[in-house]
Amino acid sequence: MINGVKRQIPDDLKAFEKSDAFKKIKRRLINKKEKQSQTVFFDNIEKAFDHFKIVSGQCLSFHHHLRNGDKVIEMVAHEIENRNLINMHLAPSSIFPNYTKLVDLIKNKNVTNIHTNYINGPVADTVSQGYLDGKLIMNTHGGRARAIESGDLKIDVAFLACPVVDRNGNGTGAFGKTACGTLGYAISDLEYARYVVLVTDTLVDELEDYQFDGTYVDAVVVVDSIGDSDGIVSGTTQLTKDPIGLKIAKDCALLLDELDMIKENMSMQTGAGKTSLAVVKYVKDIMKQKNIIGSFASGGITKSYVEMLNEGLFRELYDVQCFDLDAVESYHKNRNHKAMSASEYGNPFEKNPVCNKLDFVILGATEIDLDFNVNVTTDSLGNLIGGSGGHADIAFGAKVTIIISPLIKSRIPIIKERVTTVTTPGSDVDILITERGIAINPIRQELIEILKNSDFPLFTINELFDLSHRITGVPREVGHESKIVGYVEYRDGTIIDCIYQVKRFQ
Amino acid sequence: MFRSLLFIPGNNPSMIQNADVFPADGVIFDLEDSVDIKEKDNARNLIGNYLTETSTYPSMVVLRVNQVDTEFFEKDLGLLATGKIDYILLPKAGVDSLGILEEKLVEYEKQYDLSEIKVLALVESAKAIIEVFKIAKHKRVEGILLGAEDLCNDLEIGRSDEGTEILFARSRVIYACASNNIVSIDTPNTSISDEAHLRKDCLNAKNLGMKAKSAIHPNQLEIINEIFSPSKKDIEWAKDVIKLAEDNIGKGAFSYKGKMIDKPLILKAEKIIEIAKQFKIS
Amino acid sequence: MKIGIAGSKESNDCLVTVKESKTTNIIIDSIVAAFFYDQIKAVIEETLKELNIENVTVVVEDKGALDYTIKSRLVSAIKRMEKSV
Repeated sequence: MINGVKRQIPDDLKAFEKSDAFKKIKRRLINKKEKQSQTVFFDNIEKAFDHFKIVSGQCLSFHHHLRNGDKVIEMVAHEIENRNLINMHLAPSSIFPNYTKLVDLIKNKNVTNIHTNYINGPVADTVSQGYLDGKLIMNTHGGRARAIESGDLKIDVAFLACPVVDRNGNGTGAFGKTACGTLGYAISDLEYARYVVLVTDTLVDELEDYQFDGTYVDAVVVVDSIGDSDGIVSGTTQLTKDPIGLKIAKDCALLLDELDMIKENMSMQTGAGKTSLAVVKYVKDIMKQKNIIGSFASGGITKSYVEMLNEGLFRELYDVQCFDLDAVESYHKNRNHKAMSASEYGNPFEKNPVCNKLDFVILGATEIDLDFNVNVTTDSLGNLIGGSGGHADIAFGAKVTIIISPLIKSRIPIIKERVTTVTTPGSDVDILITERGIAINPIRQELIEILKNSDFPLFTINELFDLSHRITGVPREVGHESKIVGYVEYRDGTIIDCIYQVKRFQ
Repeated sequence: MFRSLLFIPGNNPSMIQNADVFPADGVIFDLEDSVDIKEKDNARNLIGNYLTETSTYPSMVVLRVNQVDTEFFEKDLGLLATGKIDYILLPKAGVDSLGILEEKLVEYEKQYDLSEIKVLALVESAKAIIEVFKIAKHKRVEGILLGAEDLCNDLEIGRSDEGTEILFARSRVIYACASNNIVSIDTPNTSISDEAHLRKDCLNAKNLGMKAKSAIHPNQLEIINEIFSPSKKDIEWAKDVIKLAEDNIGKGAFSYKGKMIDKPLILKAEKIIEIAKQFKIS
Repeated sequence: MKIGIAGSKESNDCLVTVKESKTTNIIIDSIVAAFFYDQIKAVIEETLKELNIENVTVVVEDKGALDYTIKSRLVSAIKRMEKSV
């Protein structure tokens, strides 16, 4: 059948209708896990596998707060291999380039199904090439929380990396040798997995402040090291020096000002890319100039937001994951730098998730199409290179959603007639800002009305599409193999698009 | 009219394909100092094909050719055939080299049926600073760009942050241009990441009387445009003065905020409004 | 053997190598081949035709260059080949 963004979806699946369709549906909740009186301690993963009798076909989950420095998922992967478990279902909140062990497990059918919110690197390539026997389900951050609490994604054992754990099984990421800040993506796993195992390298007697409540924790595995701190920080703390990126960022800030979005009590979220950081700087300049104090910034938090909090430009930060050590430190010390869980952040069924309180969000895109649908899941060849993360959640929640991107990247135009894969529906995307012009979604006539007499270079998205083709030539349609390797699941659990095996070139 | 001119190296496709995107009032495609001597042919080809084939080129196109006494000079001028070049920027400009360029331009204008090609003179030697009034009088010359790096090499002196060593040269260029009603263009600032220094340098040049500045990196343009545009305060003043002048027609002079306003100040106000309009500043 | 090289492997540029050969061969290695292979090939063929050049091997290592850049590099490489000994 054809879904609400004109995509062909297998008939036996729930097809995406529209982004607010969840409002007609009642929240489903399975029981939270029974609280434990006793937490057991092990000194290796093997013992946890024995204790919880982990067998083939089960679902194991993970969070990605240690990002490219994570060692826990590799430990578990080795144990799966050693025991020759097959048909395992893994549900890490993201998959990073260095989780390479999973490549073998997928090829050898130890792992046959995956739920995740973001996937990049060798594992992504392996799935794109068709090696995963079952399916890859790409969730949003809020959608993953919904899937877990509703029992759509049933987790047998959650292996949760935790930088510091105490004797009662309470845990925190705020400090320690692998400090990563908040552990927001793992809260649903903690509360709803059948068994919860914390994996740590730092055991203390008693924590006063903790994010993981020990009463949910069945076991703690104490190992030498859960991660490399070098890989934990994302690295992007410098704002772009690229003149094209700076121009886009500047135009973005000026446009926000023209739309009167930079005002008292404002709230915002941006990505952590170099151009987004430049937007934050320009917005900050305008806030200072106009003496504006915002209510909050949210998301993955970076140093630039920490500075704004410290300078009194925002009253609070809501942080689901810390992107750099400044954010970790601030989360540890500043009461107004608050943790939020993925559910509080973006679950459509939460009463008032943070994403719904946002005034504006600045997001990237690998492709955008004439209907304003955005792809951040695959590249234009169909290779998996990312995923929604919070993209679709905040695009839905925010009053104004702005996509910033160069019109042309290495000869490849960003605007397509149809995106290769739909991550975020065009109905939730309002403005595209490129170095060669700005397009506003025609469903947002009130924005067009405000801007039509301004000096901004406004075009229709079709005009920008034609302009990019005049510069690059018309790119050939690449196509894909017929095999479906996975689905992009919208935050409400419906299927917004299929992910296909990439075409083999001779 | 222009405030900012951006140099783009002639052999750099990444920069060239975005030449029209940067907020420069004009773009100088450079075939001279930023192009290695072995790559002159390659750069000339690239700029030629770019100008011929692209529909997205800057609204003001300047070509910096090689010096008149090089084997490249005439071939560089051959790019006039594209019909897209508004100005030639002549390096090591002097009365003699302008004469040679003049002859060639007459020839090419005829050959390619072009409207008059304008010239910006790059003065970058002690001799050129001395004859700058003659250069400014040349009928094709619409602007003079001071090249401080080469000038200081010629003088065997170094550059300073304050720029006192080029005060004389700057002043010569400014007076030569102002007295001939052409545009004085300041030397580029070579420190591309020190915004505070760029700002100081721009203010210094503007306060002396420079009307525009060249840039060697796109990220310098925002500050240059800001400083070489009338400020919000200037524009408000100009609007008030013009309004009062209309209300006081027939009176020779009137007072505004405790200061006497007469004809020269009204003309100044009109000029500010004209510039603001052109650069869409309100 | 006569050979000419022009361009670079910087982004949005391409490195073109032209060599004398018994027949005309065009070899394209491009980061955007999936989208623009045919268009790159057409630019090379048209340029060779324009310049009346036959029996050369053209190797293009492309980092996303636009057509006019590819054409410019090819023309420079051919001229350099003709000058080489």
